[in-house]
Order: sequence, then C-alpha cells, then structure tokens
Amino acid sequence: MADQQLRLYSYFRSSCSYRVRIALNLKGLKYEYKAVNLLKGEQFSPEFRKLNPIGYVPVLVDGDIVVSDSFAILLYLEEKYPQHPLLPKDLQRKAVNFQAANIVSSSIQPLQNLAVLKYIEEKVSPDEKMEWAKVHIGKGFAALEDLLKNYAGRFATGDDVSFADIFLAPQIHAAFTRFNLDMTQFPLLSRLHEAYNEIPAFVDARPDKQPDAPS
Amino acid sequence: MKFFHNPNHLHSLVSSIIDTSKKKAQFNYFTRCFTTRVDFESPHTNPPMDSSKLQENTEASYSSSSSSKLVLYSYWQSSCSWRVRFALNLKGLSYDYKPVNLEKGEQFSPEFERLNPLHCVPVLVDGDVVVSDSFAILLYLEEKYPQRPLLPADPRLKALNLQGASIISSSIQPLHMLSKLKYMEEKIGSEESLSWAQLHIGKGFLALEKLLKDFASKFATGNEVYMTDVFLAPQIAIAAARFNINMSTFPSLSRVNETYKGLPEFQASSPERQPDAVHGK
Repeated sequence: MADQQLRLYSYFRSSCSYRVRIALNLKGLKYEYKAVNLLKGEQFSPEFRKLNPIGYVPVLVDGDIVVSDSFAILLYLEEKYPQHPLLPKDLQRKAVNFQAANIVSSSIQPLQNLAVLKYIEEKVSPDEKMEWAKVHIGKGFAALEDLLKNYAGRFATGDDVSFADIFLAPQIHAAFTRFNLDMTQFPLLSRLHEAYNEIPAFVDARPDKQPDAPS
Repeated sequence: MKFFHNPNHLHSLVSSIIDTSKKKAQFNYFTRCFTTRVDFESPHTNPPMDSSKLQENTEASYSSSSSSKLVLYSYWQSSCSWRVRFALNLKGLSYDYKPVNLEKGEQFSPEFERLNPLHCVPVLVDGDVVVSDSFAILLYLEEKYPQRPLLPADPRLKALNLQGASIISSSIQPLHMLSKLKYMEEKIGSEESLSWAQLHIGKGFLALEKLLKDFASKFATGNEVYMTDVFLAPQIAIAAARFNINMSTFPSLSRVNETYKGLPEFQASSPERQPDAVHGK
C-alpha cells in the first residue's frame, strides 16, 4: 500500500532510524528518504530544527503530522496503518515485546551511542570505550536471551515478526559489524540474526542499503 | 465491607490511624481507592469508578488470599518503580506492595528470580500475567485498565507523550543509574560521576524543555496528567534531590513540577511514603 505523503528523516547508521525503516517496509509503506548526516551536524540545520527542535533522528512526517522518537513512531504507525500488525493481541506476549524493546532502547543503545562512546574515549581511553560498549551490549544480550527463551519461535516472541524483532535486528547488526562481539554466547540472538537476513523488509532497511551510505 | 462505601465512616476510621502530617495525602489516596466520590482538590477531573468495579477492588484489597489483586514488586528509591506507583494511583488501582531491597540484593533471591530472571524492579503481577519493565507495565495498565487514560486519543498528543516518556526512559534515567555512576567513580573519580549525571540529565531536560514548551500548561502536554508526566515527575524529583540540578534553567519543567508537588496521587507514590522507606536517607 503506497503512501507518498510519508517522509522519513534518517541517518543510515542510526539504529533508531533502522528500526523505523524495518517497520515501514514490513507494513508495505512507501516513503521519501531524507538523509540527515549526524557526523556533519545536519541535525542542527534550521530546516531540521523546525521539524524536530531536539535534533534527533528518526523523524517521520505523515502529511501534517510530525512524529519523533522511534518508539513513538512505531506505535503511531501501528495505530494508523494496521496492516501487518507488529504487536500480538495477547497482553502477556505484547508486554514481553515492549520489555524486549526497552532492554534494547534503554539498557543497550543509549550506552553505546556516539556521544557516550566519545566521552569515554576522551575521559578514559579508546580501549576502555570498546570495553564499555561490549560490557553493556553483552549484559543486555544476556538479559534478552533469558527473557525470550520461553517465548521465541521462528522469531523473537513467536513465529511471526513483531515489535521485539524490530528493535533486536539493528542492535544485533551493530554488535556484529561495529563492536565485534562474540555472538557465540548468544545462540538465540545469533539464530534470529540469520532469520532477519532472509527477510527483504529487514535487509532493505540495513545501513549499507540506504541512499546516504558511503559507497 | 459495606461501611467502606460510607465516606464519613471511612474518614473517621482513617483519620484516627493516620499521623496528622500525612493525613491529607493518605486520606485522599485511600478515599480515591475506596469511594466513588473524589473530594480533594484535584487539578483534573476524575470520572468516578463504577460501583461494580469498586466493589471488586474493596473486597480484593481486604481479602487475605486474593488472587485478583494487583501485586507490585518495588523498591522505594527506584525511579522506575515510582512511575508505576504513580500510574496505579492515577488509575485508582489498589495493589499489594512487595518490597525488594536492591541494596541487600533481594533481587537475586530464588523467589524473585522466578518472577523476573532479569533481576529488575518494578514487576507487576496481575493474576496469571507477569510484566516487567516500567514502560511495558504502564502500556499494559493502559490497555487493561482504561479508566483515567494516560495516553490521549489525539494521535499527535499521544505521540508527543510517548516521545517525552522515551526521552526520559532511554536518554536520561539509564545514564544516571547507580551502576553507571559507580563505574565513573572508579575509572575517573567521584566528581566525575556527578558531572556525568548532571550532563545527561541536563541534556535530557533541555530536550524536554524544547519538546514541551508549546504544549505544557498545568501539566507537561496540556491540562491533564498523561504518560510524559508519569515519567517526568519522578525524574525531576530525583534530579533535584540527588544531583543538584538547577531547575530554574528549565522554566516549563519547573512550572509543571510545582503542579506535581501538589498532586495527591504523586505524593502518595513518593519514595518516603512507601512501606520499605528508610528515613534519614
């Protein structure tokens, strides 16, 4: 179902933007990709600031509605475009999806984003920065393995792709490609990573596939 | 159990057992749970609970072997637990409070681990359903107990509230958790841990100030308490009390904070009012 009025402000490597790209693809929603280069500070341009004064990506523009923050955007999409639902109806399973999403978005991603890593690199050392990232990703991944072991099927919380998978895929991708984490200690997450690589909606959302990825 | 439906009788019973300094907040909290009439100066309108649901609540709360009552595993100082306590009060939901002493490591007990192998509070138990993580619990409560909605129906305002909550739960609170501060102290120094906390709280509050400045009035996103307030109220209280954040640089946040301070549901949820509070800390 095409919807030409959707615009997504995104940075190719931002895992928060990656989550929204996956969701848009899963729901079959076409959108205009507007690149915001975070390294060049384009999030502070007057044009972008008018849209999102905080300067974060992703931002979704849907007609005259502007939504920022990946969590808020995903719940907005889920309500406005109910095709390919991202959340199970069962309240327990739905809660597990939110819990898994929050392990990623509160316990892992904020502790290994660019600003935090730079701080540690400057105040402590470059080695410490990588150690810090690995420790926090590792702890979060161990928590996810524990949480999902009683719920996972083909995907994180059953046999259908859901909210948890949308948060997991970018985080696992980052662990593999940017932090060289030893993923053998996380068998479920490793298996899910393989499963996501088979799904076009996930593959097309990957950083290296975006218009602003360096060639 | 019928006499609990008589506000006057309840008032005299409660008044006689509650310390006068806490009387107002506690009285208002209890009467909100157990009567259909809300008679404190609440800044918002609160639709009365229907009497059949009310009956269920009062019976459940006084039955010693109730399986229909909500149970909340909480630690008095945990800001994530605070959010849920606040929301339960707003929705007029009574619950059993089960303290988990994080300082003593009770989150690692076999009993608690069975409930939440991730060893975190808060955990909500609602019959057969067990929910961990404050955001997941709040969204669960919102769906299961739609009275006193915490998310507005308007899609823009709803998204705004989720964004506000997300900024706090992802960009602020995780960065000033004890474990992170301890790390900073060990690796860099004790002054560093305070500056680290202040840096991230300051950044987050600045973001919220920008986000909410065109929307905030009595509360963060308008005239009603919504999801952003549930996250923001504990966050501001902690920022001021533990990290010496100067709130005067955030005028919109300061203004809504004054409203929170006077809100009985928020007062009743505060750490010092919890059964496991240790005074003088």
